Amino acid sequence: MSGESTYNPGTGFTQWLDTRLPILRLAHDSFIDYPTPKNLNYWWTFGGILTFCLVTQIVTGIILAMHYTPHVDFAFNSVEHIMRNVNYGWLIRYIHANGASMFFIAVYIHMFRGLYYGSYKAPREVLWILGVVIYLLMMAAAFMGYVLPWGQMSLWGATVITNLFGAIPLIGENIAIWLWGGYSVDNPTLNRFFSLHYLIPFLIFGVVILHIWALHVPGNNNPTGISVKTKQDTIPFHPYYTVKDGFALAIFLILFSYFIFFAPNVLGHADNYIQANPLVTPAHIVPEWYLLPFYAILRAVPDKLGGVALMFGAIFVLFLLPWLDTSKVRSARYRPLFRQFYVLFILDCLLLGYLGAQPAEGIYIVLARIGTIYYFAHFLVVLPVLGIVEKPKAIPESISEPVLAAKPAE
Amino acid sequence: MRKAIKTVLGASLMVVGLLAPAQAAGDAKQPGVIDWSFNGPFGTYDRDALRRGYQVYKEVCASCHSMNQLSFRNLSQDGGPEFTEAEVKALAKEYVVEDGPDDYGDMFERDALPSDRFVAPYPNDNAARAANGGAYPPDLSLINKARSGGPDYIHALLSGYQDAPEGVEMRPGLYYNPYMAGGKIAMPSPLMEDLLEYGDGTPATVEQMSLDVTHFLNWAAEPELEARKRTGFMVLIYLAIFAGLMYATMRKIWADLH
Repeated sequence: MSGESTYNPGTGFTQWLDTRLPILRLAHDSFIDYPTPKNLNYWWTFGGILTFCLVTQIVTGIILAMHYTPHVDFAFNSVEHIMRNVNYGWLIRYIHANGASMFFIAVYIHMFRGLYYGSYKAPREVLWILGVVIYLLMMAAAFMGYVLPWGQMSLWGATVITNLFGAIPLIGENIAIWLWGGYSVDNPTLNRFFSLHYLIPFLIFGVVILHIWALHVPGNNNPTGISVKTKQDTIPFHPYYTVKDGFALAIFLILFSYFIFFAPNVLGHADNYIQANPLVTPAHIVPEWYLLPFYAILRAVPDKLGGVALMFGAIFVLFLLPWLDTSKVRSARYRPLFRQFYVLFILDCLLLGYLGAQPAEGIYIVLARIGTIYYFAHFLVVLPVLGIVEKPKAIPESISEPVLAAKPAE
Repeated sequence: MRKAIKTVLGASLMVVGLLAPAQAAGDAKQPGVIDWSFNGPFGTYDRDALRRGYQVYKEVCASCHSMNQLSFRNLSQDGGPEFTEAEVKALAKEYVVEDGPDDYGDMFERDALPSDRFVAPYPNDNAARAANGGAYPPDLSLINKARSGGPDYIHALLSGYQDAPEGVEMRPGLYYNPYMAGGKIAMPSPLMEDLLEYGDGTPATVEQMSLDVTHFLNWAAEPELEARKRTGFMVLIYLAIFAGLMYATMRKIWADLH
């Protein structure tokens, strides 16, 4: 909503600044007076929570980097040095390690909210695509971060993932050697992963700014999926949504704190407390929980190149989503059939996540193949067809109409 | 959306229920669940158990296993065995470490100080392997965190040695332990009745020594545990109040909207 700016510089200094660098006007229009639909529910609070997660990861990460040594001989011990000798080092590291998981919990809720309410549809395609870019960068950052403690899962996880590039025909092997900086995951790999792990969060920060920009031009979607029509439909972002986001963040922090203080290692793998050893392969190499569905897709395909292609395809298909969904109705509230397929899709993702943690054998492989086929079918068959065959429910005239109807007259 | 969530939760519980038995059928015996004093949100270490455990570690485990992440000074820190500084000085003095080079470029030996790391039994990994029939005795600093099942598993393993059942072929140098994946472990049963004499007069049964040393190993892996849980409790109280205030503020601000 790029309406008229209502910023009114109060003091002499802010007037002076406003005619030179209207940064306070930008902040005012973006985060104070920004007109927001009045019917956003708690699923909309995860944008703010994600911003908090990103800042937390950057701040704790910068502190960790002050004490960490990116060298195969010292990395594992330097992490233990942080845990044992650095003042509150255990707290900072547990916030950072569990913060990654919390970041992904929040981003998955954020994405599934977008899927449910059709937030990727016109005019928000670019907003959605930027979100998928952030998600991709998050996965890269998380993967490289997991390598840094140089435990057994760090080394062997990195070996499995970097070996995927070897599947590319002709040049694959050379690409793998180029990525490693040698002939296997070793010191040069650890060094560059540390460098990139430090870089990527700032790239994410940049794309987040674009993401917010792309949000503020068309404005928020909302649970009805109906576009804002009049000023009656909106309220200023501050104080209504700052306080609502703040409350949701406080609840989220309670969950976050539970993991940090009372179960700091349940989301990790015990093997990562064993120092990396290139001569001993763990019985089961598993990635962190948030990458498991893609890992299941990778292993479901008998052909290595095919597995890699499908795994990346599973993310790439998200870029095409705004054009694959042919329905003009945004919100699932008015799409009874879509709603059922949406539940099926979530179950499919959970199933794939579960299978990614199991050994790739027997029934697990069969289920993973079914799950993979359904994952792609949801995007490539179900969504395009549903838009044509589904008969949506009656849609209200405006956002205000169902809001008023839901409450008895006062 | 609420209905959708209920459906998802219900169905995913069903899926997990159907698949879980297949996963539980691993080949290692499940360790029993012990009610450790350090479990739970208010868990703390038992100082006496930690001190007895240190004795077991020192007199039994340390003859083969290193514990490289710990220093003698850690033994007097809050939340640990909490020996006095004088006691730690005396404990450290029992060991000799190599230091140097001195002003003439020579290495020399001296008594260990509280600031020194625990002294490893072997000079390097190869020596450790050579002395143990080719099997490397892992460093014990993080062992409770580095094995799934944690302290329950370590205790079950230490006290769970059995004679190999009929039909299980044991190579020399391997011992039968049902809690070990595959059932075969290169470490001989380390504990036996009255292997040592506890300073506090506690009877040194296998069960007792196993519980004590596992307690000690848990502290070695998580020396911050008591401070962590204490801080966590304060943080949760703070967040609960903060969330309540935010909720009240939100209700008040939103009240003027229809």
